[in-house]
Amino acid sequence: MTKGLSKSFKKALWVYHCNSGSCNGCDIEIIAALCPRYDVERFGIKLVGSPRHADALLITGPVTRQMEDKVKRVFEQMPDPKAVICVGNCGNTGDVFYESYNLVGPIDNIIPVDVHVIGCPPRPEAIIMAVAKAWTKLETLEAKK
Amino acid sequence: MSPEATTKTTYRLPIGPIHPALKEPVAFEFEIDGERIVDVRVSLGQVHRSVEWAGMRRNPIQILYLAERICGICSYCHPMAFALAVENIADIEVPERAEYLRVIQAELERICSHILWAGVAAHEIGFDSVLFLTWQMREKVLDLTEYLTGNRITKAITMIGGVRRDITKDMVPKVTEALNYFKDNFEKLRHIFLDDKTFKMRSQGVGILTKEDALQLCACGPTTRASGVKKDVRLDQPYFAYGDLDFDYVTPDILTGEVNGDVYDRIIVRLLEVKQSIELIEQCLDLMPAGDIVSEPKIAKLLATLKKVKGEGIGRMEAPRGEVIHYVKLDENEHPYCWKVRAPTYNNILPWIPMLRGEQIADIPIVAASTDPCMSCTNRVAIVDSGKKYELNREELHKMSVEKTRRLMK
Repeated sequence: MTKGLSKSFKKALWVYHCNSGSCNGCDIEIIAALCPRYDVERFGIKLVGSPRHADALLITGPVTRQMEDKVKRVFEQMPDPKAVICVGNCGNTGDVFYESYNLVGPIDNIIPVDVHVIGCPPRPEAIIMAVAKAWTKLETLEAKK
Repeated sequence: MSPEATTKTTYRLPIGPIHPALKEPVAFEFEIDGERIVDVRVSLGQVHRSVEWAGMRRNPIQILYLAERICGICSYCHPMAFALAVENIADIEVPERAEYLRVIQAELERICSHILWAGVAAHEIGFDSVLFLTWQMREKVLDLTEYLTGNRITKAITMIGGVRRDITKDMVPKVTEALNYFKDNFEKLRHIFLDDKTFKMRSQGVGILTKEDALQLCACGPTTRASGVKKDVRLDQPYFAYGDLDFDYVTPDILTGEVNGDVYDRIIVRLLEVKQSIELIEQCLDLMPAGDIVSEPKIAKLLATLKKVKGEGIGRMEAPRGEVIHYVKLDENEHPYCWKVRAPTYNNILPWIPMLRGEQIADIPIVAASTDPCMSCTNRVAIVDSGKKYELNREELHKMSVEKTRRLMK
């Protein structure tokens, strides 16, 4: 699944989670991925409190009008190189909210997304796999330097 | 934020809508005097996704799935309350077995939600090892949910007139096994939350909501029961099979003999409710009669009947966070004429103000979390005016209201 990912990681991956108006389903699955059953912290993947510390952005929700500029700001505050992971159907396509008047999503319209995770909500395994894929991107960028 | 003048002694502290302590977007503006909170302003609306509006363009079966996505944590009570409202209008008789199955799912959701909340509360006071302990237990609840419904979060088990999956005889041992696991671990949780010095220090006497305030502000669910108000839809107006089951209101005086209405009391109520839910599921497994699980298995036929129905109905349900109300009006049409959702957090937001007033800044997270707020359930209205304006003050609202009256009188 993770072609291009070296055997040992060069550094720990810090992730920032941003909720852009999601239903909480994806958010609790992200936290579930951090908790003992899936325990991603053993790989050095950690949730951080500020986008300025993060390598990857996990973004959930279909981006409501009120959150549009905030999502952009979070993205801009992240240092390069960065990866964006869109978690859940509603951020990818709009899902059941597709026709809503208060959405500016899908997230693709607002910020560039590297990995799309499908599911409503996706299982923690899928989220972990997406983070690993984003990691591949970051390591490839690093190798090119 | 409003540019009102401040005195020299206080300053303003905006928190949110994106903040690591908040799992969901909501914005607060605190007025602070030193370490003390003088006043709080809450602005909502960041999670408004126009669910009700979309619902008025879909048929009742499609709405079940839309209602499920109002909130990922209450993903059972919203579609169920909607189903109750529709059954109320169309006079659909639900088979008795389905009523019991519905109770089992509702109580499972309550266990899951309360354990989740306990973890978040522990996290808010910086006790992360307890967060991991509770979430480990929660995974077991999710395993059971997945075994019974096929999904972890959005369960998709609701159907108008029943449920979609049965609990067969060969499934019962696995359910009882899981229930026994919860019982064994419940004692562990109770010990940590109620006897631990750290928890007591941070939660006793903090964020007090008096009984009078709880009644005046119409708080609901565990928040109001922790203030000593005996209010529980399951007992006040039994739905599903709750009328046949043996249980009582959970108030903190059962355990401690007194009601303080502080964060500690809210922890007690939620913990005791977890135990109550386990017992309720056991009772259901014993009492459940054999029979059908849905009154009309053919969805096309059900939709055709609902198309001919006219009237309005209300679905009331005790969700983990409090009372959820769905109002539906059918108009002999494919989609409902009106659908209105009132989530429990809507009632439990105003009690934040008396709870937070006079507290220290560091107590904000635990006090706010103690009502178990859920923004994605609550945000029902957004005002979009050339894509820019989202807040209206009272005068503007009043003006709009007057203008509308004049418009209508023409």
